[in-house]
Amino acid sequence: MVTATLGRFKQPSVIPCFGMAFGFTLTYLSLVVLIPLGALVLRSAGLGLEDFWRLATDPRTLAALKLTFLAALIAATINLVFGLLLAWVLVRYEFPGRRIIDAVIDLPFALPTAVAGIALTALYAPNGWVGSLVAPLGWKIAYTPIGIVVALTFVCLPFVVRTVEPVLRDLDRETEEAAATLGASRFATFTRVILPALLPALLTGYALALARAIGEYGSVIFIAGNIPYVSEIAPLLIVIRLEEFNYEAATAVAAVMLIISFTMLLIVNLIQAWSRRRFGHGS
Amino acid sequence: MDISVRELRKTFDRYPALHDVSLDIQSGELIALLGPSGSGKTTLLRLIAGLEFPTSGSIFYGTEDASGKSVRDRQVGFVFQHYALFKHMTVADNIGFGLKVRDRSKRPSSAEIRRRASDLLDLVQLPGLEDRYPSQLSGGQRQRVALARALAIEPRVLLLDEPFGALDAKVRKELRRWLRELHERTGHTTIFVTHDQEEALELSDRVVVMSQGRIEQVGTPDEIYDTPATPFVFSFIGDSSEIPISVSGGEAHVGNRSIGVFAEGLPDGPARLFVRPHDLDLVSDDPQTIAAVVTAVRRNSGSRFVEAEIDGCRSKVEIELPADDMRVFEGRIALKPKRWKIFPDAKRPNSQSVVGKGPYKHESEPKPPDYSQMVS
Amino acid sequence: MVLEASFDAAPAAPAETWTPPTSERPLVKWTLVGIALAFLGFFLFLPLVAVFVEALRGGVGIYFDAITEPDAVAAIRLTLIVAAIAVPCNLVFGLAAAWAIAKFRFPGKSLLITLIDLPFSVSPVVSGLVFILLFGSQSLIGPWLISNGIEIVFAIPGIVLATIFVTFPFVARELIPLMQEQGTGDEEAALSLGASGWQTFLYVTLPNVKWALLYGVLLCNARAMGEFGAVSVVSGHIRGLTNTMPLHVEILYNEYSFQAAFAVASLLALLALITLSIKSFLEWRFADGLKAQRSGH
Repeated sequence: MVTATLGRFKQPSVIPCFGMAFGFTLTYLSLVVLIPLGALVLRSAGLGLEDFWRLATDPRTLAALKLTFLAALIAATINLVFGLLLAWVLVRYEFPGRRIIDAVIDLPFALPTAVAGIALTALYAPNGWVGSLVAPLGWKIAYTPIGIVVALTFVCLPFVVRTVEPVLRDLDRETEEAAATLGASRFATFTRVILPALLPALLTGYALALARAIGEYGSVIFIAGNIPYVSEIAPLLIVIRLEEFNYEAATAVAAVMLIISFTMLLIVNLIQAWSRRRFGHGS
Repeated sequence: MDISVRELRKTFDRYPALHDVSLDIQSGELIALLGPSGSGKTTLLRLIAGLEFPTSGSIFYGTEDASGKSVRDRQVGFVFQHYALFKHMTVADNIGFGLKVRDRSKRPSSAEIRRRASDLLDLVQLPGLEDRYPSQLSGGQRQRVALARALAIEPRVLLLDEPFGALDAKVRKELRRWLRELHERTGHTTIFVTHDQEEALELSDRVVVMSQGRIEQVGTPDEIYDTPATPFVFSFIGDSSEIPISVSGGEAHVGNRSIGVFAEGLPDGPARLFVRPHDLDLVSDDPQTIAAVVTAVRRNSGSRFVEAEIDGCRSKVEIELPADDMRVFEGRIALKPKRWKIFPDAKRPNSQSVVGKGPYKHESEPKPPDYSQMVS
Repeated sequence: MVLEASFDAAPAAPAETWTPPTSERPLVKWTLVGIALAFLGFFLFLPLVAVFVEALRGGVGIYFDAITEPDAVAAIRLTLIVAAIAVPCNLVFGLAAAWAIAKFRFPGKSLLITLIDLPFSVSPVVSGLVFILLFGSQSLIGPWLISNGIEIVFAIPGIVLATIFVTFPFVARELIPLMQEQGTGDEEAALSLGASGWQTFLYVTLPNVKWALLYGVLLCNARAMGEFGAVSVVSGHIRGLTNTMPLHVEILYNEYSFQAAFAVASLLALLALITLSIKSFLEWRFADGLKAQRSGH
């Protein structure tokens, strides 16, 4: 019975075990991801529109969301510029230590966020290695929103590099030569030929970095100072509400963040679909 | 625009790609650079364009030494093997690119650029495709757009790298004819690279045959096919068989047997005789022939091919006969070349080659002066 | 010809000053490399160095005391246990999902791939929160769990679940593109030669993807051992019981035991470095076996 249904569902194939693999995949996915996320959706739906709106637009929540989004936007933008630069340098240039740099780019993915958090704090605190250099100028990095941007820049660093790198590597060098034979300067070739070709990858990397930055918690809480209305990020607010056993408020903030996450995911998929349509290949 | 290449040498990481190549191209000529892969033909084309920098030697555009000029300033129209169209630009933007990136003072208005793009699309017979993207075009259409883009900058010379390499056979033939017509209409000095001899012989005014970074022969398609200058050209162009012979007393021998071919002027010793399949005759009543044993008979469209192994050496020859030649080919046969060419063994430098024609040894021709020098 | 006279001239520009049309002038190149290295210096190298310098600030003795005291050892143990459960679970899932997605055609496939990637775009804190909403005392099944003495949140099962959630896509997303690229030809050949389904998987499919699999497991493990946000929410922070290494780092740091915090952190940093080394080695040595377009994690 089951095989008969599956047989109609999937295209015929001689390869066995589709039912088992597919069934297990769906079950595991449901248990680990879909049901827990569903619980969050149900709980926030259970709040009712009025309560949800009241909790989501609470001034402290709004301040936290605004800060989170703004800091993430700045950090992702910094990474957009430097990610492109790093990808360019790694793909196009040969210089001593290039292999090591290439390996270390992924450090933010491998280093636990808490470790990153305390290390960055140690560096950028007023008495830290870097912090003490800028302190005489009256600048403060750690324990301010700038610190949050620093931490987010660190954790999102690999996204743009790693999305742009393969596209840049596969970029047809002939198109650059073509631009040169047509009289374009190197700068014109970069802005008119190379950059447009990298655009889908840049946007994908940007969206991934932004999504990660909005949700980031571990590295930020150490360096942020966590002052309500000033340097308190939304994920931290969820934790604080939980510790107050204010599950409704925690759920509301979480739901808003989930909506943002899904929007980002949708945007990434749209960019890739658009890129496939326009260029005949994915990014 | 005359193009002149003087003792051009290019070395990539100690690997020599081009050895002191010299070549003169007249204004308005359509020239093919023909050779197998690794022969240096693409390197030569890229050096002329300025995409590579020569290790030594110089390139002249007319009377101007262009060697030190960057590709930007050389004003060449280059069509790349895979067209290298800008994927994110429409066809019109692709064609107009070279005009758009000019300095403000020399840049036409955008309406003018668009008009010129339309004119060029008409020229390459793709009217109305201005707003398509390259991914929406067929291979042949992309090729034409790439050509229109190269022509837009009013190039001094048109350079094409394997222009038909990425197309299927039918489109290739059409485009070949079309390119010839276009060349006659626009009169650009044109150099194209190909590994396809049929393409080179059919399309060009003159063919430059290259091998291992050297020019083997420069000549019209007829000269290249009828009087190949070197063993390489003989075996690379058209079908041919090579028979190892020995020369003694001005006569060619296979084994100890004279084959009735004169090799006057050649020193005694080993040599190589080249002959085309349609220049071999089957004979029966002549003692001075090449003796062989038939190994296979094939029919290929209008011809019948007999493969035979020569007595006394392991080399094989191919004889082309009309398809209606219904003789039974089996066992031993006797062969006689109608036209041939003998090259001394490559290990002996500075010796001369001998060309021959006709069924009788006394009709063997004196060598034409132009191609008498062995390249060794 | 007119040109003859000038043919003796040497090339106009020496090769050293010539820049290929697809490259930049050396000055531009080295400026860009310099900026890139400076950026990496401030954001990657200095933090990494800081971890080890701070960890050893008070000397090696204090360092070893910090990583051998009972609470630290308990945290290390818990971290290893959690990873030992979470990684194999996601490994089996990754193989099953990749098999179903890459070797068969069925409707809704791209939706399934998107769902598998979902945990990457959810904030770690939200990932922890969902399990509290599901199993906490105020949830639907909370009272039943309490009356039966089953502890999930603020206990090890909750930590394991949250870890599985956040590391869920790692193995699957390494395998799916690679196996899709490889197609079904090899498997069909094996089956036609009389291999059973299991033999086909074991002798044909698995060897084809082994390096990508190892790569995925490596990244999955690094994240499982280092996860902070999600675990922090569900752990309850009971010292010596429900503290993983990253949580232990936080507690020590908040107690101003900076050197101890950095000492434990240095172990995690070491783990990260080892992960990166093996990863780079795999990429360098088995580039073909890993070849699949990947874009961030």
